[in-house]
Amino acid sequence: MKLLIKNGLVIDPVNKIKEVMDILVVESKISKLAKAIRIEVDTVINAKGRIVMPGIVDMHVHLREPGREDKETVASGTMAAAKGGVTALLAMPNTLPPIDSAKNVIFLRGIIRDSANVDVLISGAITKGRMGMELCDIAALKKEGVAAISDDGSSVDREGLMLEAFRKAKKEKTLVICHCEDKALSCQGVVNLGFTSTRLGLRGVSNESEYKRIERDINLAEKIGARLHIAHLSCKESVELIKRAKEKGISVTSETAPHYFSLTEERVLGYNTNMKVNPPLRSREDLEAIKQGLKEGTIDVIASDHAPHTENEKEIEFEHAEFGTIGLETALSAGITELVHTGLLSWSGLVEKMCSNPAKALGIDKGTLGLGRDADIIVVSPEKEWVVRKRDFLSRSRNSAFLGRKLKGVVDYTIFKGKIVYGMEFKRNSNP
Amino acid sequence: MVSMTAKKKPKWVHKDLLGLEYLSTEDIELLLDTAGSFREILDRTIKKVPALRGKTVVNLFYEPSTRTRVSFEIAAKRLSADVINIATETSSVKKGETLNDTGRNIEALKADIIVVRHDCSGAASMLARHVDISVVNAGDGWHEHPTQGLLDIFTLKKKLGRIDGLNVVIVGDIAHSRVARSNIWGLVKLGAKLTVCAPEILIPPGIEKMGVRVTNDIEEAISSADAVNVLRMQFERDEKAVFPQQLEYFKRFGITGERLKKAKKDIIVMHPGPINRGVEMSSGVADGANSVILEQVTNGIAVRMAVLFWLSQARRK
Repeated sequence: MKLLIKNGLVIDPVNKIKEVMDILVVESKISKLAKAIRIEVDTVINAKGRIVMPGIVDMHVHLREPGREDKETVASGTMAAAKGGVTALLAMPNTLPPIDSAKNVIFLRGIIRDSANVDVLISGAITKGRMGMELCDIAALKKEGVAAISDDGSSVDREGLMLEAFRKAKKEKTLVICHCEDKALSCQGVVNLGFTSTRLGLRGVSNESEYKRIERDINLAEKIGARLHIAHLSCKESVELIKRAKEKGISVTSETAPHYFSLTEERVLGYNTNMKVNPPLRSREDLEAIKQGLKEGTIDVIASDHAPHTENEKEIEFEHAEFGTIGLETALSAGITELVHTGLLSWSGLVEKMCSNPAKALGIDKGTLGLGRDADIIVVSPEKEWVVRKRDFLSRSRNSAFLGRKLKGVVDYTIFKGKIVYGMEFKRNSNP
Repeated sequence: MVSMTAKKKPKWVHKDLLGLEYLSTEDIELLLDTAGSFREILDRTIKKVPALRGKTVVNLFYEPSTRTRVSFEIAAKRLSADVINIATETSSVKKGETLNDTGRNIEALKADIIVVRHDCSGAASMLARHVDISVVNAGDGWHEHPTQGLLDIFTLKKKLGRIDGLNVVIVGDIAHSRVARSNIWGLVKLGAKLTVCAPEILIPPGIEKMGVRVTNDIEEAISSADAVNVLRMQFERDEKAVFPQQLEYFKRFGITGERLKKAKKDIIVMHPGPINRGVEMSSGVADGANSVILEQVTNGIAVRMAVLFWLSQARRK
C-alpha cells in the first residue's frame, strides 16, 4: 500500500519543517518527504491549501472501558479520537475496575488490541482503587507496559504515600501524572469560587485548592528527582508555580485543556451542566494566564481531558451532575480557533503542544513526521468553520462544553499507521 | 397603589419566574402594581376572583416549608385555580424519579403552573428548560426565592411609598441565603441603597458586584437605615463552613431594642420567617412597633397572586 499526500503545508517543528511538500507513505511508515514526489501510488490525497501535521497525542482521555461502556468504549472513543485527529492517546485509569493491577492492565490491553482504532496507551493508578491509601505495585504495572501512573480524578492526600509513589516511579522510570486538588480546600465545590458561585448560590472551588497541591507535588518530586506531569492547569497561580519550578530545573511538565483557554466561569450561568468540569472554568484573568503559560512554554501540552457522561448524569440538578466535558473531537479546532487564529501560537507552536510535547512527556516515538516513523498524519482545513452539534459526535456521549460554538479548523483525513481511519469517505456505520 | 387598568398594559413575556436577577425593572414594577390591586381583594369579605378559573397550579415541594407552600396555595385559590400539593421527602438523585421526569408528568397531567421548592440551586431553572408549562421558583438552594424578594419589596414600598433611594440593610447569613440574593437583585434594580451585614465567613465572595456595600458592624449599618431585613440563621444548613456560636452571633449581630434605639425611630424591621427568637432578633423587636413581619406574610399572598396571574397570561399567548 502506497499513499501520497500532495501539496499540503507540512508542519513538523521537531524536524523544523514548515513548507509545502509531499509525503509518501509506504505500508505503515513515512517513506519520503519531498517537493513534488512523482510515483505510482494506490491513494492520493490532495492537500493543497491544507495543513499536514503529525497525528495528535492526547495524553488525557477517559475511555470508560471497562465498566462504563454506556458512556464510552475503547472502540467509540478511538473513533471519536480519529475524527478529532488524535492518533495516540493515554487512557486514564479511573475505570471500573480501576487499572490498579497487572491483571487489569492485561485485561484492558486485550480490549485495546481487539477494538482500538488508534494507539491507546494505558495509565495505571497510583494507589489501589484510587483510594489514596495503599500504593499499587508500580513495578508490576510498568512491566505490563503502562505509560504513566495517575490517580486522576483524585489527588493522593497522604504526603508520605505520595513521596513513596515518586520514589517507586523514579525507579521504574515512569511518569507520574498529578490531578492536583486538595479536597479539604475545594470543599465539594462545583464552580469557581467568586462572583459566579455567589450569583448561582453554589459551592465554590478556590484557586488555592489547585495550586497548593501543585506546590506540594512539585516539592515531593523535587526531593526524589522524579518526573512529574501536572494535569489540567486552570488558574494563574498554578502557571506561576510551574514557571518557577522549571526555572529551578525541576523535571516537571504541565498540561491544560481547551476549555481552560476557551471558556470562562460566566458560561456556567444558567446552570449549564456541560460547563461543569473539574477543575472548574475560571475567571478571565486565569484564562489569560493559561494562554500566556502556553505562549511562554510554561504549559507544554494541550490535552482534551475527554470525560464522557450520559445525559442521565448530566441533565440533573447542577450539584449532582457529573464533572467533565468530552473533548477529543473539538480540541484541535478549539486550539486553532483560540490560539492560532488569534496569533497567540504559531502552527508549529500548536503542533508542539498537541503532538511532539506530549509524545516527549510520555517517552513515545510519536508526534513528528520523521522518515521511517509510523505514518500518523492528519490533514486539516485550517479556515473551514463548523458549529459544534450534538448529532455530529462519534463519541457515545454528547456532553460537550463547546456545543453551539462556531470553531475553525476541520480534520479532513486522519491517517494512522498508513491507513486512513477517518476521512472524507468515512461513513458513520463503519464504526465497529 | 396604581390600578391595573389605569395604566397602559405592559407586556409580560416570561414563561417562568426563576429569579429577580432575570427580571427587568419594568417587570418588577408590573408585579408590584398588580400585587397592589390583589392586596385590596384580601381585605374584602369575598376574597376570590376568577382570574385563574380552570387553571391548575401544582405545588411541588422537595423541602419542608409550611409558610411558602400555604401562601402559594391560598394565592392560587383566591384566583380560583385548582391546587394540587406534592410534598416529597427527598430529592435524592440516587432513588426515585428525576425532577425533570416528575415535571414532565405534571405537564402530561395538564397542569398549567408548577411552583417548585428544591434544595439544589438551579433546580427551578433546569425544570423550566424541560417543560413547556410555567415554573415558579419557590426557593432553590442558596440561589433565589423571588416571591419572597418581591413580597419584601412590596411591603417596603407599601410602608414607605417608594424604593428608590431607601437605605436597606440585610443582616445575617448572606452566603447561604436565597432570600438575600432575591432582595438584593430586586432592590438594587429599583434604586435602593443596599448594605449587607454579617460575620466575614457568611459574606460570599464578589457580593459587592451585585451593587451592595459590605460591613460587619451592625450598629453602623443600621444607623442610617430605613429598613433592616433580618435573615433567619440556619446553623444546621452548611456543615462545611465554620459557624459562629448562636449566642455570640446574637451578641454581635442580633437586632435588639437596645440597638434600635441608635437607629432611625421608624426603622422598619422585616424577617422572612420563621424567626429564631433570641438568635437573630429579640422577642421584643419581633413583636414591637417597628416590626412588619406579619404584614409581610399577608402581602406574600398578593405578590404570589400577581406572579401566578402574569405567568398564566404569558401562557395564554
